[in-house]
Amino acid sequence: MLYREAGQFRTSYAEDQQIFPIRQDRIAITAFLLVAFIAVPLVANEYWLKAILIPFLIFSLAALGLNILTGYAGQLSLGTAGFMAVGAFAAYNFELRLEWMPILLSWILGGLAAALVGILFGLPSLRIKGFYLAVATLAAQFFIVWALTKFPWFSNYSSSGVITAGKIEILGYVFDSPIEKYLLVLTIVVLMALAAKNMVRSETGRAWMAVRDMDVAAEVVGIRMMHTKLLAFAVSSFYCGVAGALYAYAYIGTVEPEGFNLDLSFRILFMIIIGGVGSILGSFLGAAFIILFPIFLNAYADPFAHALGIDLPPGMTSNLELMIFGALIIFFLAVEPHGLARLWQIAKEKLRLWPFPH
Amino acid sequence: MTAQRQTGEPVLVVKDVSLSFGGVRALSNVSFDVREHEIRAIIGPNGAGKSSMLNVINGVYHPQVGTVTYRGVSRHRVNPHDAAAQGIARTFQNIALFKGMTVLDNIMTGRNLKTRTSFVEQAIWIGRARREELEQRRKVEEVIDFLEIQHVRKTPVGRLPYGLQKRVELARALAAEPSLLLLDEPMAGMNIEEKQDMCRFILDVNEQFGTTIVLIEHDMGVVMDLSDRVVVLDYGKMLADGTPDEVRANQAVIDAYLGVKH
Ligand SMILES: Nc1ncnc2c1ncn2[C@@H]1O[C@H](COP(=O)(O)OP(=O)(O)OP(=O)(O)O)[C@@H](O)[C@H]1O
Ligand SMILES: [Mg+2]
Repeated sequence: MLYREAGQFRTSYAEDQQIFPIRQDRIAITAFLLVAFIAVPLVANEYWLKAILIPFLIFSLAALGLNILTGYAGQLSLGTAGFMAVGAFAAYNFELRLEWMPILLSWILGGLAAALVGILFGLPSLRIKGFYLAVATLAAQFFIVWALTKFPWFSNYSSSGVITAGKIEILGYVFDSPIEKYLLVLTIVVLMALAAKNMVRSETGRAWMAVRDMDVAAEVVGIRMMHTKLLAFAVSSFYCGVAGALYAYAYIGTVEPEGFNLDLSFRILFMIIIGGVGSILGSFLGAAFIILFPIFLNAYADPFAHALGIDLPPGMTSNLELMIFGALIIFFLAVEPHGLARLWQIAKEKLRLWPFPH
Repeated sequence: MTAQRQTGEPVLVVKDVSLSFGGVRALSNVSFDVREHEIRAIIGPNGAGKSSMLNVINGVYHPQVGTVTYRGVSRHRVNPHDAAAQGIARTFQNIALFKGMTVLDNIMTGRNLKTRTSFVEQAIWIGRARREELEQRRKVEEVIDFLEIQHVRKTPVGRLPYGLQKRVELARALAAEPSLLLLDEPMAGMNIEEKQDMCRFILDVNEQFGTTIVLIEHDMGVVMDLSDRVVVLDYGKMLADGTPDEVRANQAVIDAYLGVKH
């Protein structure tokens, strides 16, 4: 049986309002989770876990955060990496300065610190939109990196602001190996993605989208503009902040403020553009694409060119990468603003009717 | 024929409202009231200030002079959120739906003021948030049934034809269970059949839910059929105020509006 919903009748609103009302989707997501939690740890080697899967999960979380703000609430932000930096440095300082602080709590507090900063830099959104707001978030990006470098207290007076994240210990258990870290990050990301999905299918998400689509009408139905926009900034920055803390603790280990520069903000923006603006799934697809594609290109561009009888000059693959990314971003912006997630949905719709399209 | 309807005390009182945009006087010294359970029409030529009047009532525009009193609460500057909280809902002349959302979600936004759960509860979903969401959905389904739009429930609103979009906008307003409904040209651009449906819905809303209605409409036949009393605006000024028959017989109205346009 292919992808069909024939014969699946939803007899109550409760059934209709499940996250995955179609049975095949439920099976697919269950299978996916089983693979992620059980099969991957069994088969993945250290390189895959450390260099691909863990960063993929962390960037997905950051992309999800940005997608809440930009995709759902319609507020363009170039400050993503800045909010990640706040999360990383706040978690580091909570851990450092309060001995009793459990690591999970310090990550949550890192997220909350980022949320506060997000609200602060979200205030201009009450007066300005679009391009001008993007410039205001750009200011946030530069200000945060500057402040973290400028005031050595944040990095405990280490040279050039580098911090080294401590070990991850939860209830006496140390998460040391890549597999352990992977499973921990995976659990956090899955739970937060679920929470995001729940928010966007509730009143909170509808208010965000209403503000995005038509602000006057949103106010007239009683949606409070200030509350809704600032909540989007807070929740988005919380997600980015937690992603930043995980980036420091579970991925890189040693970070400096410059590691959270504008480049990173743009990379995450590209993830949601390619993956799908206003889609939870899209955040993951975009992150996967942007992380996997360069690896794929590195591995196969040279042999492929050889087979065609061309010799690529050294460094060509990284240029090729930039060119292809550029072209893809323009393609998605111009042709399919909802990204890979939308292409996937179209494919599903086709499949649902196949072989009798009407 | 004029509707036979039992109307009550004035619930909405507009007093001496003047509104201008730079040099343009959209409204000068407009005063009228709307009674409980009444269907009140506002008519007038293009640019007369009809839409501006609705915008003042629910706080989208702020008049320089004058007050709007709704159910005893008197305001010089209304804000849209307070107006909605007091039970005022509306539709727009140029459809103002949320383009990126489905019909169902658009209508669900109409119930945002009835939501009690916080975003944290909604993120957790299990428990109160889920129960509340289902309760809202049940209410919204009643509106969907009432307006006969079950078949487009899951369609993104942007894909609907114009007439249906107008109906969805009415549904969003009704989902709020308003006590006062402001309709800005609900039948503009519709064919005869759609107009008849819309007339029936408006009358049913008024009758079944007891909703008070203020309606802007160009089609004089519709106005005569539906409304209890009519306000006539011209260049932002009140030209007449009375029953459809009185207004129709008013010489100033005939000269300024009916005589010219019809
Ligand atoms: N936001 C605004 N900014 C500037 N001028 C405005 C604005 N809204 C309305 N006006 C002006 O106020 C006057 C009244 O406009 P309004 O839209 O209220 O008229 P109307 O009676 O609804 O007309 P129509 O039948 O064309 O809908 C017009 O001259 C219009 O140009
Ligand atoms: Mg108008």
